[in-house]
Amino acid sequence: MSERKIRVLVAKPGLDGHDRGAKVVARALRDAGMEVIYTGLRQTPEMIAEAALQEDVDAVGLSILSGAHMALVPRVLELFKANKLEQVKLFVGGIIPDEDVPRLLEMGVIGVYGPGTVSDTYVKEIQQAVLGTA
Amino acid sequence: MELAQAVLAGERLALSRTLTQVENDTPEGRSALNALFPHAGHAHLVGVTGAPGTGKSSLVNQLARYYRQPPAGEKPKRVAVVAVDPTSPFSGGALLGDRIRMRDLAGDPGVFIRSMASRGSLGGIASATAGVVQVFDAAGFDIILIETVGVGQAEVDIASLAHTTLVVEAPGLGDDIQAIKAGILEIADVLVVNKADHPGVDSTERALRSMLELAHPVAHTIVHHGRLEISASTATDGTLWIPPIQRTIATDGQGIEELADAIARHRTHLLDGGGWQRIERIRLQSELDILLQEALITCWRSKVPEDIYLETIDQLIERRISPHQAVEKLVPCNNQ
Repeated sequence: MSERKIRVLVAKPGLDGHDRGAKVVARALRDAGMEVIYTGLRQTPEMIAEAALQEDVDAVGLSILSGAHMALVPRVLELFKANKLEQVKLFVGGIIPDEDVPRLLEMGVIGVYGPGTVSDTYVKEIQQAVLGTA
Repeated sequence: MELAQAVLAGERLALSRTLTQVENDTPEGRSALNALFPHAGHAHLVGVTGAPGTGKSSLVNQLARYYRQPPAGEKPKRVAVVAVDPTSPFSGGALLGDRIRMRDLAGDPGVFIRSMASRGSLGGIASATAGVVQVFDAAGFDIILIETVGVGQAEVDIASLAHTTLVVEAPGLGDDIQAIKAGILEIADVLVVNKADHPGVDSTERALRSMLELAHPVAHTIVHHGRLEISASTATDGTLWIPPIQRTIATDGQGIEELADAIARHRTHLLDGGGWQRIERIRLQSELDILLQEALITCWRSKVPEDIYLETIDQLIERRISPHQAVEKLVPCNNQ
């Protein structure tokens, strides 16, 4: 029997083409031994939820630079619920104003990782959230 | 058992969860495979292999689109895609990026895409790929497109899994000597020259064509456990399948209809010539052999005391016995 691999979907919703941050995160999670499904740019919340279902991922990371996070995140969470994917952990990166962070966490996002976040931080937090261990 | 029932009922979430259990080789995964096994065996398994960057994912995207929106008069087929990308030998992690090229398929309930990491397997597909394909087969998908990792010259495992193997080439990747080397090109049932709008496409096609002309017109044989088996592409009446060369431009869909025709012709050839059953037989036999090896080793290890095993290794290190002698000592049936 092989060990449990954490599977993570990294997606970039919205219309801007800046995916460097998403790629850095994808690479860091790969180097931490996770299987990262990278979907590329301009994903709709529907596409993200569908990919999460087909790939049976443990967590989904959204990179949002457009300022639309307060619309996109609730929509993605809503679709998770509609598809019985409530157990999937959602984390967010990109440009998120400080005052929005508590509101996102309240919605159920496990972490908000802006520019300058050390990769160890989100790797550990995702592992904890998925495996339920400290 | 419940998982398998839900898969047969067409529940996508149950299908996805089952694929994970099968991929992780858990007891749940094994019992689901047992329950699904009688329901599989109907899908057309199409392998897509080739060097990195030749456009395999884009081709899979176009083919799946074609099968979903076929020309008037044909029924759309349900399509599953299994896309394998390599696992890092250092971290054990993987970056699975094949979905990037398959965004056209989003939102279509008749398509299911699953990315897989190779998890240490070196043949171009993962060791669990056969199980994953079997789940899709039992779930009623008509066509299963299996995309291998970007391969070099000798990763040919896909040929023993798929009914039809596409080998994708692109202009500018090598001269005519590359084309007559053994390995990947030999397993092609259909040769695809993708990126046909790029310079050098004529010389690539010429090299492939001359490779096919150099091939002796004899039945391919596969040496399988010391037994010669005639390859599936040879019909029982001796009709040989000559791999067609199809030009495509996967970015805009040119040549896809012709490619789908070639795939369909190969399927007919297999069905009419008895090759379909031969592939089935070869695949199930090699699956059985692999499982037997695993089971025999596990069973044997449980019977031989650990200290005798370790003692033998010590003797090897001191060069008192050779590895062959050690095996003879530990597995007595070698002496009989």
